[in-house]
Amino acid sequence: MAEQNLIASNATRRAVDMASHNPIRRFLTATELDTRLLGMVGALVIIWIAFNLFSGGLFLTPRNLWNLSVQTASVAVMATGMVLVIVTRNIDLSVGSILGFAAMIMGVLQAEILPQMLGFSHPGIWVLALLAGILVGGGIGLLHGVIIAYFKVPAFIVTLGGFLVWRGAAWWVTRGRTVAPMDQTFQLIGGGPAGAIGMVPSWIVAALACIAIVAVIALGRRQRRRFSFSLRPLWAEATLASLGCGAVLAAVAVANAYPWPIRIAERYAAENNIPIPEGGLFISHGIAIPVLIAVAVGVVMTFITNRTRFGRYVFAMGGNPEAADLAGINTRWVTVKIFVLMGALVGIASAISVARLNAATNALGTLDELYVIAAAVIGGTSLSGGVGTIAGAMLGALVMQSLQSGMVLVGIDSPLQSIVVGLVLVFAVWLDTLYRRKSN
Amino acid sequence: MLDNKVPLVEMHDISISFGGLKAVQGASLELYPGEVVGLLGHNGAGKSTLIKILSGAYKRDSGSIRIDGQPATINNPRDAKAYGIETIYQQLAVADNVDAAANLFLGRELVTAFGTLDDAAMESRAREVMGRLNPNFRRFKEPVKALSGGQRQSVAIARAILFNARILIMDEPTAALGPQETQQVGELIRQLKADGIGIFLISHDIHDVFDLADRVVVMKNGEVVGSARTSDVSKDEVLAMIILGKVPPGAVPGPGAVRDS
Ligand SMILES: Nc1ncnc2c1ncn2[C@@H]1O[C@H](COP(=O)(O)OP(=O)(O)O)[C@@H](O)[C@H]1O
Ligand SMILES: [Mg+2]
Repeated sequence: MAEQNLIASNATRRAVDMASHNPIRRFLTATELDTRLLGMVGALVIIWIAFNLFSGGLFLTPRNLWNLSVQTASVAVMATGMVLVIVTRNIDLSVGSILGFAAMIMGVLQAEILPQMLGFSHPGIWVLALLAGILVGGGIGLLHGVIIAYFKVPAFIVTLGGFLVWRGAAWWVTRGRTVAPMDQTFQLIGGGPAGAIGMVPSWIVAALACIAIVAVIALGRRQRRRFSFSLRPLWAEATLASLGCGAVLAAVAVANAYPWPIRIAERYAAENNIPIPEGGLFISHGIAIPVLIAVAVGVVMTFITNRTRFGRYVFAMGGNPEAADLAGINTRWVTVKIFVLMGALVGIASAISVARLNAATNALGTLDELYVIAAAVIGGTSLSGGVGTIAGAMLGALVMQSLQSGMVLVGIDSPLQSIVVGLVLVFAVWLDTLYRRKSN
Repeated sequence: MLDNKVPLVEMHDISISFGGLKAVQGASLELYPGEVVGLLGHNGAGKSTLIKILSGAYKRDSGSIRIDGQPATINNPRDAKAYGIETIYQQLAVADNVDAAANLFLGRELVTAFGTLDDAAMESRAREVMGRLNPNFRRFKEPVKALSGGQRQSVAIARAILFNARILIMDEPTAALGPQETQQVGELIRQLKADGIGIFLISHDIHDVFDLADRVVVMKNGEVVGSARTSDVSKDEVLAMIILGKVPPGAVPGPGAVRDS
């Protein structure tokens, strides 16, 4: 009986598919791919090809793409949190300043306080520093969230205040002095030749990711079969799986195609008694640790938004806060949790930024709030609430960073860079409104 | 039917004001198991406000609420739901950006053994309940903002009956519906009543209510004009209560009754 239902509903679905003759439309209906996200990928491809042409082939090189991925990591991590903030019709203008403050705390801890307590380059230093950064970020988020949710001060004002307060506080920690260098292990969080996992581990990660992609698709299919809902056609599932795995493998291949700089490779060879072969030593970077962190954050945040009650409430509140309240959701507490999460993510992003610079400076994270908000919005998060995806926001961060890196590569002056980024932001949101009007 | 002595709900001497506006003053009501009480009155009479106090959306300034004869503490919608009070709000309180199943289970999601959302199980239950309510409903995957008024209303009703409500509040449930859907809601009310659920049916239009209700309570200017069994009064007499505040012989006068001079 259940089997029969299954067949029947599959048949109707197939009939619907056949009804639309356009093969692209058929493909999209069958795979249930997010057309908006696909559009963004298309835009990204166009941007990449254009910069590659104008820079004489410098853009689409393993070296540039690898650097691009590392530069994107910090903003991408924060953008995932900003999605939830904006979906609930709030905003967070303070993330750049919190990043700066958390950076100072982490810097002072690992460069000055912890070595005195534990001894220089003690293996626990990086963990404690990182934890401190996440706690500071989360704590500040808690404070902001409580003021917003329980004292009813608009998020715009609370975080505008936070923007000023935490930038000032960052200065206060060392009275403006730059703190450096960072702990050896901590530096790995920021990337660099040592801060990448190398060729073999990268392929292992790629293999695990492919297994995970297939497993998620298979599990979803089994779940739908359990309730005899209609299933996607098998060819569509196979296409999805190969697209996902293909993307992962391609990205890892690129990361592995970028070798360590010759000097560093030679020094490494000398230290480890490795003979240098003819034509030089090729040691792959592999995936950078900050990129791995960002991807992990993206996976966890996607899970939180799609598979947990908290995530469901965030989107329900965004569409209609009053309805969520009347449904018995403790909307204030959910709001607090969103800001705590945002703050903790800023802590992680801050660790990436400090480690990459190998120094905690006063100005670290300046303007980041704007890039983060722009990434989320370009990635399809609606400022009127209720709509947004984690993957979109991370792609948005990649688009923003591609524009900036590309313009540097092509040699565009920095004032003009800001102008272009600003125009692109407005243009992207305008396109999005058009898209939404059409899909309604 | 009303031989059960303990009322399901007793609201006693309830008052609330918004700023200077006394939206509800000294209103008392009761509801017995399996009873349908029609709450009638002009727009602005205070009907929605009174029942929102019962559903936890507003906090009363004074008065008391008893459920099953016991004093009840209702400070928010969660408290009310814990007493088995479910509400279909006049201004369709659905979460626009999530789908029908997510709306049905909003705040009470089904989860897997790992504590994650069990969307397939929720969709399955949603299909079952919606199938009873609105057999033509197919759009389970879309955010409810894409649905028609009638479809959204059936989502709101499905949500209210999904969790074995004992007390159901329906605030103008048919205002947005066509005649056929209105009739479906009427049948649903009879069915729920037969299951022993107590129902407050709120309307500004006596015709929506008179045939379904066992009793009517009429409000005017925030006060209860009076209440009557529908078997003891005529439609015209109830209409006079609504419009003039005049209480006929078959009805029990309330604080808002106009005295004959
Ligand atoms: N949240 C509120 N704030 C201020 N005034 C309100 C509020 N809710 C209702 N009122 C006022 O209370 C009175 C009763 O409204 P309501 O209970 O909605 O009437 P009904 O449902 O009988 O049409 C109206 O005058 C209305 O304007
Ligand atoms: Mg009303």
